[in-house]
Amino acid sequence: MKQNPETSAPAYDGPPDYRVVGRHAVFPETTHDEVERINYLAQMNRHLSTSVVPGVRAAFDTVVAPEFEKKNGREIANRHEARKALLDNYTFCFWSAARRATMEQRQQAGRWTAIRQRDQLARIADDLTKGDDRLQLDPSLAIPRYVSGVDHHCMPGSYHSEYFPGDVTNGANYDHAGFVTTAGLLGKYSDGGGKAVVNWVKKNLTDFQPTDILEIGGTVGHSSLPIAEAFPDAQLTVVDIGAPVLRYALARAKSLGVENVRFVQASGEDLSRFPDASFDWIQTTMFLHELSTSALRKIFSETRRLLRPGGIVLHVEQPQYSATMPLFEQTMRDWDAFYNNEPFWSRMHEIDLEQQMVEAGFDRENIIHGAVTGVVDRDLFPDAADDESEDFGRKAAWHVIGGRV
Amino acid sequence: MSFEAALREAGAKPAGKRPWFLDEDVETVLAITLSISQELSVARQRVDTLERILEAKGILSRTEIENFVPDKQAAEERAMWVQEYIARVLRVLQQRGEAANVPEDVASEDLGDEIAR
Repeated sequence: MKQNPETSAPAYDGPPDYRVVGRHAVFPETTHDEVERINYLAQMNRHLSTSVVPGVRAAFDTVVAPEFEKKNGREIANRHEARKALLDNYTFCFWSAARRATMEQRQQAGRWTAIRQRDQLARIADDLTKGDDRLQLDPSLAIPRYVSGVDHHCMPGSYHSEYFPGDVTNGANYDHAGFVTTAGLLGKYSDGGGKAVVNWVKKNLTDFQPTDILEIGGTVGHSSLPIAEAFPDAQLTVVDIGAPVLRYALARAKSLGVENVRFVQASGEDLSRFPDASFDWIQTTMFLHELSTSALRKIFSETRRLLRPGGIVLHVEQPQYSATMPLFEQTMRDWDAFYNNEPFWSRMHEIDLEQQMVEAGFDRENIIHGAVTGVVDRDLFPDAADDESEDFGRKAAWHVIGGRV
Repeated sequence: MSFEAALREAGAKPAGKRPWFLDEDVETVLAITLSISQELSVARQRVDTLERILEAKGILSRTEIENFVPDKQAAEERAMWVQEYIARVLRVLQQRGEAANVPEDVASEDLGDEIAR
């Protein structure tokens, strides 16, 4: 146990109090008890990952894997066999039941806060965005099956459902209570991913001066705004399929003083509204896993078409499964695919993304591989690079795959 | 929007069939228990907030709370509150224990059949 040198009491290790999160005009108000509900859930997730998961690992190593071998006369061959074998183990099942329950509690907590003040939030968003051509909505946009079939991460209504004209409920819920899952690892404005991308670009592409940047699947702009702020002379276009998150996003951006960004309702699969070679930089952050095989291919093709010579595309995602990743880790990372409504997560993380990029028209020698961790204000927030806890698939430590034209 | 509608929507089921890892009834009870655990934490934090604000205003000191020694009568009242509380929470275990002692116990449904004859 770490000690606090000043008081000799045990040193605190865990998520910061929720009250350190950054607020903006359209951020929902939270009561004392609503804040504590979020604090509790962040702590519960930490407890599950630091104190319960080690028991699941032990059960896998000492009970589940040996029993599988005894029964089948061979080792577990892949993560699917491992998961099915774990479903017969009560340690895994209790952990899973508790983890699922925290997801549902998080949604209920966040939705209650957003729903009870949604008329007010819609008014604020409307005041900030009315008549602003940086918000371009398309009510005729069809919501694809890979979004509408199951609500991603058990978020009722997903990114796209709206409950009345001008509604921002699902943006407000997604923004203010995501802290539960990330436990502060994404920082004050949940923008640690975007800041990490900016740092990576400035370090690895020192002479890169983009003027037109596109982010696909940017939702409320968490990862977008750091890019717009880092390149103030560039214009950032964020596309997403969800009207409530886009409305919320522009209001949020303006309230935070970021003006060089516009939000457009469109599917990344069909960006025909933009002519060929429209962008210097195309970004996706924690987005590919919420697609489908065909959508991923189309989006890769669109990014190739839309890039200018010298342009780059970067996709930030949790690491792919590989032969070197232990089977237990693969299996735990796969949990969200089956039990947290991330239906493409499992398949996406085994796809040969480099090959997909090549098939979309990128030259293999221009494929980019990298790694980033969330960038946060370390006085207030935990730093993912130092964080020893492992909440599989949730940690703010990502791989970058991309390509240069 | 009515209060009832807001409550219903806040707790809405996401699209997608829910997985059950334990017996469905057991997991349902676990989910209820975890929500109560959450609300207990919220209530405990609220008490803490209250103490800190009262202390900051000089109305009480938390050392006073930590060093509080109830007199004999207060100690007994408090102990009885805890006993009552535990008995309420574990009522179902008490009743399962009692049931084990009455193997001849009859179900109302069966008695109903019997006395209807």
